[in-house]
Amino acid sequence: MEETSREIHSLRTKIGDWIIVFFCIIIAAICLLPMINLLARSLSGSDFLIKHEVYLLPKGFNFDAYVTVLKDPKYIRAFIWTVILTVICTFLSLAMTTLCAYPLIFPALKGRKAINIFITITMFFNAGTIPNYLLMQKLNLLDNPLVLIIPGCLSVYNMIIMRSFLYGIPDSLRESAEIDGASYFTILLKIYLPLSKPVLATLALFYAVGRWNGYSDALMYMKNKDYYPLQLLLYNILNNINQVEVSTQEGFSTPGLQDSLKAAIVMFSTIPILCIYPFLQKYFIQGVTLGAVKE
Amino acid sequence: MATKDKELGKKTEQKETAPSNVSASKPKFVYIKRYWQLYVLLILPMVYFVIFKYIPMAYVSIAFKKYSIVQTLSQMPWAKNHGFEYFIKAFQNKDFIYALRNTIFLNLLDIIVGFPIPIIFALLLNELRFKAFKKTVQTIAYMPHFLSWVIIFGLAYQLFAPANGLVNMLIHNMGGETVHFLDEGKTWVKTYIGLGIWQSFGWNSIIYLAAISGISPELYEAASVDGAGRFQKMWNITLPGIRPTIVVLLILALGNVLGSGFDRPFALQNNLVMKNAEVIATFVYKYGIKGLQFSLTTAVGLFQSVANVIFLVLANWFSRNMGERGIL
Repeated sequence: MEETSREIHSLRTKIGDWIIVFFCIIIAAICLLPMINLLARSLSGSDFLIKHEVYLLPKGFNFDAYVTVLKDPKYIRAFIWTVILTVICTFLSLAMTTLCAYPLIFPALKGRKAINIFITITMFFNAGTIPNYLLMQKLNLLDNPLVLIIPGCLSVYNMIIMRSFLYGIPDSLRESAEIDGASYFTILLKIYLPLSKPVLATLALFYAVGRWNGYSDALMYMKNKDYYPLQLLLYNILNNINQVEVSTQEGFSTPGLQDSLKAAIVMFSTIPILCIYPFLQKYFIQGVTLGAVKE
Repeated sequence: MATKDKELGKKTEQKETAPSNVSASKPKFVYIKRYWQLYVLLILPMVYFVIFKYIPMAYVSIAFKKYSIVQTLSQMPWAKNHGFEYFIKAFQNKDFIYALRNTIFLNLLDIIVGFPIPIIFALLLNELRFKAFKKTVQTIAYMPHFLSWVIIFGLAYQLFAPANGLVNMLIHNMGGETVHFLDEGKTWVKTYIGLGIWQSFGWNSIIYLAAISGISPELYEAASVDGAGRFQKMWNITLPGIRPTIVVLLILALGNVLGSGFDRPFALQNNLVMKNAEVIATFVYKYGIKGLQFSLTTAVGLFQSVANVIFLVLANWFSRNMGERGIL
């Protein structure tokens, strides 16, 4: 009697498990299908696109669209510039974040509370788009490549993540160094930074993704097309801004190729991030969790 | 000497306050000698905050003044109506009213439709036993968060193309009519909300998963002994366990009901749907940076910032009155 009821119970659990697995597969498919469709379109022949025959697998398989993209100096230039920009921004931001977070973990630091408030206020009150724009104008940063680097080089949210992480490092580690008379620079370089690799990886990912994906600062502050990051160039192409320039190139007049070309450009500008993020999963999960810690 | 200081530091550490008890003149010298390096490290970040966060706050006064490109901030004359001319003008502006309405409407829809989904997803993931499968689903679900809004627009543009997009081809095959996902106002709103959920639900579930993992396993064991089923455990243990997290995130979302990011609406909108798609951030960009109406748009921005703070405080106050932990 008891035996059968337990069997029914475990059977129900098993069926439940499979239903949940089924739902999860559907959810994962919803996340992936747009990318697969895009990939298929970027690899398809233009006539198949026009004839409405491309679903999730490419038809008339070819790399023409990618060849066109890779031959165009405009994209390559924007790609390289964005890579450079992302690397510079990431290192600068990591340095600034560490500089800001490290001193604030010492409870004995006078004025620590005031500094924390001073920083937190900027999280909740933002001056707005136009005051920021006027500031850039005043600082002569408009149309200056530095405008894509400096204004975003320190994020309060990321600083809080770093601070929470540093708090988690046991005080005893630095105390012995303090007794030996080590300076705070030395303690940072020799004790804290080596232990902070996981959080630095997390924040590097956050900053790099932010810079790679950001386009609004360039849209607002940058008129010089030479310094357009990849995303802004992509925005203009998708919205057919500067159509004249595009259509003068060979082959662009056929709508089918244009579709697969646009698909190829989108793939081209998102691949670097898609290749990196899965390997950092452990780290960014920890980062999000740390960011949620209320001080 | 060093050990003595360390003790002082330790004492204050326990109290969690700045050490005002490092009194007298000699310890002050010692204090500076010990801690000056930390202040040196803080110089650059502080300069950053002053220049890029606090100086723009001074420019906010343009909202109350008649902006002129040749005058300095103090030379500009005050605006009419005790300085509130541009606030009044904003509320008389039809485009602004649309933008305000759309901002609130889209944000509320985001909360109502989108807020529960990461919670449900986290609950589902939590039930998965096969670790490798769970991790794969997670990795895939986090992917959209790493795409820029321009790229998501690119994806949507291809997926939803009226003639040869995958979705419309399927609709045609089933005998349906073409759906204009991106260039018809009402449908655009649904697409906007749907894409927002698609982009963020996986990422937002991380925080709930973390909260779930903090729940004591003993509670589940005890419930199993009592014969509780899967849903009973979810309802009676997991959900109450992550309730504080849910409340905090809901407060933040409600506090941001008048806020608007720029990237998402700007990337997805186009001229055909502007009546439904214009939000405050894009309005400010078009009227301010494109149209050079600096006073008007600064006023709009200030209104938005102040309203955000008020909403946040209100949401916080409300949740505290309901017996929840607040965020402020």
